[in-house]
Amino acid sequence: MDQATTEDIKKHVRAYIMVFVALMALTVITVAVSYLHLDVTAAIVVALFIASIKGGLVASYFMHLISEKKLVYFTLMLTVVFFIALISLPLLGLHDTIK
Amino acid sequence: MQIPYTVAARPDTGLHNSKLGIWLFLASEVMLFGALFSSYILLRVAAPEWPHGSALLNVPLAFLNTIILIGSSVTMVMSWASLMVKDFAKYKRYMGLTILCGFGFLVVKGFEYGAKFSHGIFPSEDLFYATYFTLTGLHGLHVIGGIIVNAYFWGPGSKMWAREPERFTNRIEVAGLYWHFVDLVWIFLFPVLYLL
Amino acid sequence: MQPVATAPPPVESTHHHEEHPGFWRTYVFSIDHKVIGIQYLMTGLLFLFLGFTLMLLMRWQLAYPTKAIPGEWFVVLPAAVALISAVIGLVNKRKLAVLVGGVFAGIAGLVWYMVSDETLFPQGIMLPELYNSFGAMHGTIMVFLGVVPLAVGGFGNYVVPLQVGAPDMAFPKLNMMSYWVYFVGGVVMLTSFFVPGGAANSGWTSYTPLANIATMGQTVWLTGMVFLITSSLLGSVNFIVTIVQLRAKGLSFMRLPFFVWSQFITAFLLLLAFPPLEAAAVLQLMDRLAGTSFFLPSGLVISGQVLDVSGGGSPLLWQHLFWFLAHPEVYVLILPAMGIVAEVIANNTRRPLWGYKSLVYAAVFLGFMSFIVWAHHMFMTGMGTVISTFFQTTTMIISIPSVIILTALVISLWGGSIRFTVPMLFALAFLPMFGIGGLTGLPLGFSATDIHLHDTYYVIGHFHYVVAPGTIFALFAGIYYWFPKVTGRMMSPALGKVHFWGSLVCMNGIFFPMLIQGLAGVSRRLYDGGAQYAHAQGVLQWNEFMSVSAWLLAVVQIPFIINFFWSVKKGKRVESDNPWEATTLEWQTPTPPPHGNFAGGVPEVYHGPYEYSTPNGSKDYTPQNVA
Repeated sequence: MDQATTEDIKKHVRAYIMVFVALMALTVITVAVSYLHLDVTAAIVVALFIASIKGGLVASYFMHLISEKKLVYFTLMLTVVFFIALISLPLLGLHDTIK
Repeated sequence: MQIPYTVAARPDTGLHNSKLGIWLFLASEVMLFGALFSSYILLRVAAPEWPHGSALLNVPLAFLNTIILIGSSVTMVMSWASLMVKDFAKYKRYMGLTILCGFGFLVVKGFEYGAKFSHGIFPSEDLFYATYFTLTGLHGLHVIGGIIVNAYFWGPGSKMWAREPERFTNRIEVAGLYWHFVDLVWIFLFPVLYLL
Repeated sequence: MQPVATAPPPVESTHHHEEHPGFWRTYVFSIDHKVIGIQYLMTGLLFLFLGFTLMLLMRWQLAYPTKAIPGEWFVVLPAAVALISAVIGLVNKRKLAVLVGGVFAGIAGLVWYMVSDETLFPQGIMLPELYNSFGAMHGTIMVFLGVVPLAVGGFGNYVVPLQVGAPDMAFPKLNMMSYWVYFVGGVVMLTSFFVPGGAANSGWTSYTPLANIATMGQTVWLTGMVFLITSSLLGSVNFIVTIVQLRAKGLSFMRLPFFVWSQFITAFLLLLAFPPLEAAAVLQLMDRLAGTSFFLPSGLVISGQVLDVSGGGSPLLWQHLFWFLAHPEVYVLILPAMGIVAEVIANNTRRPLWGYKSLVYAAVFLGFMSFIVWAHHMFMTGMGTVISTFFQTTTMIISIPSVIILTALVISLWGGSIRFTVPMLFALAFLPMFGIGGLTGLPLGFSATDIHLHDTYYVIGHFHYVVAPGTIFALFAGIYYWFPKVTGRMMSPALGKVHFWGSLVCMNGIFFPMLIQGLAGVSRRLYDGGAQYAHAQGVLQWNEFMSVSAWLLAVVQIPFIINFFWSVKKGKRVESDNPWEATTLEWQTPTPPPHGNFAGGVPEVYHGPYEYSTPNGSKDYTPQNVA
């Protein structure tokens, strides 16, 4: 973000405000959904889905990932792959045992 | 001796050094919190029973904390935007707000922890509380780290604005990326620990 | 730590606007990557010798489990080295050598303190608990305080900025912090020997639940690891940003020396694999200090009593988190070594490396795969066939890039004009030794054969072949190779050859019989070397043979230590800035490189890193920065 003009920044600020409102709304929704007492699987899926949207908004707009360079994307994609491995493989080990 | 690309972006990568540096550091933090989430998942799935977070933890307080932290993310990015339009006074106000929100988050956390301790509930109580205290505790440490960095940039560090405004703006952007990440972790911690 | 002839005397400083930094900023708290590299090198070498000394003591126990240890002999060796380096230092007026002599004297003192302690060595025989402590600390010190700081912190720091044509690392102050955090971590680890109950004794792997209930030393170990991991993370960010952002004009990725590629991939491994171990260390600290049960299962019985904890934890969770780091860690141990060997081979065959692209792609693929093979260390934990097959398959796949790299290096010798310099001797020996190490890994990677070999001496033989006559030989090659750039003098080839041949023979004497003992079923981590087991009786005689080889290996390091310190001041002066006639950028600088590295401004690169045997006037090589 080197040569941004005041106009560009104003556009960014508008985006920040909209994202803030969205995040507030999604937070309220997350808590509201929890009062529905869905069954475990559904509760997890919905909660993580909403959290991912919120996280995505923070990353894309506050952290400017949406206009970031390839190198940064590449590093993050690599990290995500290993993150998934770290979560899923031990879980597989939990379910697949000798007994 | 000058290190190239500390302020200006390197043409082929489009990045300046500290921006690449902070994203790499954040990648390592993803793996750190990822390991903690992985541990939580493994322990919970293997457990014969696991309480609902909402039954044992203070959801309204955590909801308030979520609002505070998200708010602080907005003020953080606004402080950077203020520097981009060369408004130092506005930067100071927004950064100050960010730091206050950070403190607010810690105060609320203090109430939460205090309430548990006064009821004799410590991490040793059971696995649920062990994971709750450890995950939120480590996150809290990261909040403290962020507050210290932000306070430095609000106070003594802000003198750089007069000498090297572009370099200072870059630093605030980089500090912001860290702060947003701390917010991002909480966005996942909150539902996972308190609502599921 | 005072570096060896690297920092320029302040008078010659080329930057007019900076004040002349004092002694502390020049030699101790320097932000110059070359000084920091030397600091890492010296500290790493000292820890390497300390870890080695622990093993020398253990080898008495293994050879003669019922005989009292002759403590004086084990003090004599570090004391002799202390005397040698101090005397050389005093004669040549080098403060660093005297300092190192002091540290060796400290090691001698530590050994004397321990062997004289009746509670540790009742009637001169090492307590099993002490043996376990030495074992755990030997592994920890060698891997985390010795080899990696040497390979990455030492060689990486000194050489990488030079080879990419940069004035320094991207974040010089962060670089300095990395070193000092490592130093503090090392001191913390050392203090663990002096706490009640002694140092950590649950293996370098700290498996739970044993490590959870171990004595205070384990808490100190965990704390030390947190410092070391932090140091590593700061360093890896620095390396990646330096290599990506500070490459000189014309230096594209595919023109990088293979050494830089190996450090680049290593940095990614450290960056992404260490944090889970940091998380695990925090969890184990919580278990030990806050009474949680992350790794303690319910109903755990110790000495007939049920442990009073909340339970519900998973010991296997620790193993997953530990090995998620520790497997990529072994590639951290080998990749920089392969990088050094590649540089030395290209230079001493006067040929470009064969298959540069294959080397690079293989190394990148190796780095990626290293993250998804870890549970081959856990085949005996009750994993089912699906997950075992998954990890066995990825493990078999990962052997392919290793073989590609080794093959490319071997083929690089073909048609070369080989110069048998001392670095080249070490680099050549690396090839078959790493081959043996790699091949012996195969039966460990198959879950079926691992049933017989897991936790036996076969495993110890396997990984020591890779790390000792593998990585450490490569590090020796690097020292002999880059010594003239740092000091302006050559090390003595005669002493170097004694060091080389002695080390090669002795290392094989130590580690080959381990493969035999392991196949016979002798378990590792037995304080008496298997003396009480019927199935081990047939191979017990190897214990004495291995111990003698180890002690001889120690003796044969003395010519190296003499050579190293003596040559700094009295070695044969180099006649040019590029005595090995090398192509890479670090040799196209003054000797030693000044602050900012490239006196005449940052170079421009015109072609690949190994333009050997190209017609170039009277020379048989073309440096990278010559058109």
